[in-house]
Amino acid sequence: MKFTKLRNTLQAVGDKFFAEGKPLAFLYPLYDAADTFFFTPGQKTSGTVHVRDFNDFKRVMITVVLALIPCALMGIYNVGLQANRLLAETGVAASATDWHGCVLNWLNATFPGLHIFDPNCVVGCFCYGLVYWLPLYVVTMVVGLFWEILFARVYRHEVNEGYFVTGFLFPLICPATIPLWQVALALTFGVIIGKEIFGGTGRNFLNPALVARAFLFFAYAGQISGDKVWTATQGVAADGSGAAVVDGLSKATPLSYIGEGAAALQNAGYTLRDAFIGTIPGALGETSVVACLIGMLILLVAGVASWRVIASMFVGGMGLAWIFQATASDPNSALALGPCWHFALGGFAFGMVFMATDPVTSATTKLGQYIYGALIGALVIIVRVFNPAYPEGVMLAILFGNCVAPLIDHFVVNANIKRRMKRLQTR
Amino acid sequence: MKLNDAQKKSFLEPLFNNNPVFVQILGICSALAVTTSLRSAVTMALAVTFVTAFSNVGVSLIRKWIPGSIRMIVEMVIIATLVILVDQLIKAFSYDLSKQLSVYVGLIITNCIVMGRAEAFAIKNAPCESFLDGIGNGMGYGLVLIVVAFFRELFGFGKIFGIVVFKTVQNDGWYVPNGLMVTAPAAFFLIGGIIWLLKTYNKKLQDAE
Repeated sequence: MKFTKLRNTLQAVGDKFFAEGKPLAFLYPLYDAADTFFFTPGQKTSGTVHVRDFNDFKRVMITVVLALIPCALMGIYNVGLQANRLLAETGVAASATDWHGCVLNWLNATFPGLHIFDPNCVVGCFCYGLVYWLPLYVVTMVVGLFWEILFARVYRHEVNEGYFVTGFLFPLICPATIPLWQVALALTFGVIIGKEIFGGTGRNFLNPALVARAFLFFAYAGQISGDKVWTATQGVAADGSGAAVVDGLSKATPLSYIGEGAAALQNAGYTLRDAFIGTIPGALGETSVVACLIGMLILLVAGVASWRVIASMFVGGMGLAWIFQATASDPNSALALGPCWHFALGGFAFGMVFMATDPVTSATTKLGQYIYGALIGALVIIVRVFNPAYPEGVMLAILFGNCVAPLIDHFVVNANIKRRMKRLQTR
Repeated sequence: MKLNDAQKKSFLEPLFNNNPVFVQILGICSALAVTTSLRSAVTMALAVTFVTAFSNVGVSLIRKWIPGSIRMIVEMVIIATLVILVDQLIKAFSYDLSKQLSVYVGLIITNCIVMGRAEAFAIKNAPCESFLDGIGNGMGYGLVLIVVAFFRELFGFGKIFGIVVFKTVQNDGWYVPNGLMVTAPAAFFLIGGIIWLLKTYNKKLQDAE
């Protein structure tokens, strides 16, 4: 099958409306994006210096999105699960405190078969989570693509699939309850400062999704710093007075127990098994280590992520956590938490698989990748253990790793040059 | 008094086309430190303008008698004297503000703009031009400070000159203050953004490729 009809239609539409001098020429990047979405670009590199591979840019990006899907599914389900569990625990009845609640109540009334407020119903919890995730994703895509297309238009480069990854990643590292205007603002910052001012996809030295997340962290620290759970609940007190409106019940996050050690975590009702599977409160898509590992498998088999970064970040972080645990004197301190908990909690696994491995912002030399990964891993643990102000260090550790990646590469390359020079001279 | 072209140029150039902050990227550290509120930014702008203008005049007046080998020390003495004067004035008449500005008034001595203008301009030009050049540079610097402080105070606290414009959530309003604006990096982003805009619209400012 050659899809000649589609090819011809696209070509005709392009020639008629989007070509130079035609009425919609200013939207050419958009047309180009749609065109290359269906077909590989017509222009190909020529000459002998290029490696040509079926695994082109487009396919790489789509692979990352595919690898993220387990995390997204698990995260969406978990949003509903956490909220419904909390509702069941505290005995509050579901009610509407904002528009999310209105939608949920409407869904519950219209489709009672969904069991949307039942923590034991997988489909119900998933639909509950969708009500939170979907608007987040839509806003992310609309705002991000607006800036992408604007910059593509002004600077005359093409819109590409790079943003699909950023746009998919970002909602997963946000709390489900985040206000949508904050999402829009953060993405504007992330896409412009993190990516576009350096020349767009492939030229950024920081991960745009993380830049946007860092913006939220510093600008609206009160809502996002991670010391209160982001359980997306809707409810009023069960006594029917309707007075005590509960919106996002406050409860300490698993991460804030780090300072008190593993026993405190278990006392608070968090088990290692739950943390590993991902049924604990946290940012939307990063709670499940299992889902991250499935994503890792996909990325590694497809050859998209660097196993060196993943392995060295794992070894660096867990090794340090193990050393801390071995040397800790007080069993109820952060030092004694140990590698298992550190790996299961927070965004360590997510950051390791999807953030640190970003091929553009990570180190590119082989030795550099080991150093880069180990540095990030160790930093995460150091921040978690020694800085009580930041319960979670993954985001800042990876951004720091991004910043020093070129420096690491520089030293690795220069060391190699020096070594070879020496070899040349002795001959 | 009518200004001739050279005088006009020495006043107007540093305001936009040769702005010390935007174009020469000087005086950045104080621009980060004092721009969280408009009041301190305006005070700082006035102080720097005063110091630059009069140190330029002072240096220009004795430029023919300063031995080349010790000219920097002489310039420094003049600048330091003026800065101490400003510092004392602020302390005397607006003590709260002086505490808010803390060391940054004293640090005008080390502000590259003041020393730079004395070295680059006043040492070779007549007092009148030097005075205008000092005023122009001080105002060029002050302009940036005020623009940056305007955005930082407005978005960081919802206020302008301490007057509530956006009522914040903490005071039962609707505006959620942007914490990033209060931190120093925000000033970097703002100055960077302004430089970007200016360079986009003024092709003369773009670096030669």
